[in-house]
Amino acid sequence: MNLSPDQEIFWQHGVFKLNATIATTWLIMLVMALGAKLITRKIEAEIAVSRWQALLEIVVTSIKTQIEEVGLKNPREYLVFLGTLFLFVAVSSLLTIIPGYSPPTGSLSTTVALALSVFIAVPFYGVLEQGIGGYLKSYAEPTIIMVPFNIISEISRTLALSIRLFGNMMSGAMIIAILLTITPFVFPVVMTVLGLLTGMVQAYIFSILAAVYIAAATRSQNHKKKE
Amino acid sequence: MDNTTLIATISIVIAGFTTSIGCIAPALAEGKAVATALNSLAQQPDASATITRTLFVGLAMIESTAIYSFVVSMILIFANPFWSYVVAQANGK
Repeated sequence: MNLSPDQEIFWQHGVFKLNATIATTWLIMLVMALGAKLITRKIEAEIAVSRWQALLEIVVTSIKTQIEEVGLKNPREYLVFLGTLFLFVAVSSLLTIIPGYSPPTGSLSTTVALALSVFIAVPFYGVLEQGIGGYLKSYAEPTIIMVPFNIISEISRTLALSIRLFGNMMSGAMIIAILLTITPFVFPVVMTVLGLLTGMVQAYIFSILAAVYIAAATRSQNHKKKE
Repeated sequence: MDNTTLIATISIVIAGFTTSIGCIAPALAEGKAVATALNSLAQQPDASATITRTLFVGLAMIESTAIYSFVVSMILIFANPFWSYVVAQANGK
């Protein structure tokens, strides 16, 4: 049994390996990009919109309201990054209904890459919002003693973000694989449904935590403005 | 018992203990968090959006400790470095 789709190698040339994680990631990118292109090809502002356009509108506006409720002032700025994170994790767990598919988020390399992009995005938006000095000052927020602890928390939450997504996705795939050998007919289907639910919840949690971290990095400026 | 059997036995036993003990505290904590959230939902249904969002984020935070122990036991069973070392030694001979 494979612990992660990394170990399933399709093609190899020297040090370059094309494993199942990369292949399914490309597949998801293709599906999402083509789907978005096809839906937005003839976009309408009338009352009668097509079904797919309505679906996309619901997704985008709900992501936007969620970002707004976390406390970020102008959600359009963050919609691109956070929405992409949410949609990628959600689609990669939604596609588990296809037999023989293993989600790329069930591999530690994908989740670490996603968490690292959050790790970079937090100071990026923080500097963009309040300048380098203002952002660096937020590390010494209550007192100067807190600097090492703030840095540790920055690193440990990145680790937690990646391990959480990896553990949830991997455990779902693992439970289904184990159940297939014990009770092959009905029960794995139930667990697959549960896996779809946890996948959606994890996608929500991943993007909302990223939004919370970004909000924490950009907020102190707004506080001072009020006072 | 030779070394190979010893490593296998200890890995399996510890893997079971890691998940079982490591899940006790998060389970209690999650139960407490959900119970409190339900209480406040019953008192203030208007604040349901905020309470639900905070509950989900908090549950994810609490749950990650259980996930850590699960990952550790999965490593012990499926990707055990000591076991791979012993197998590599046996293959080398």
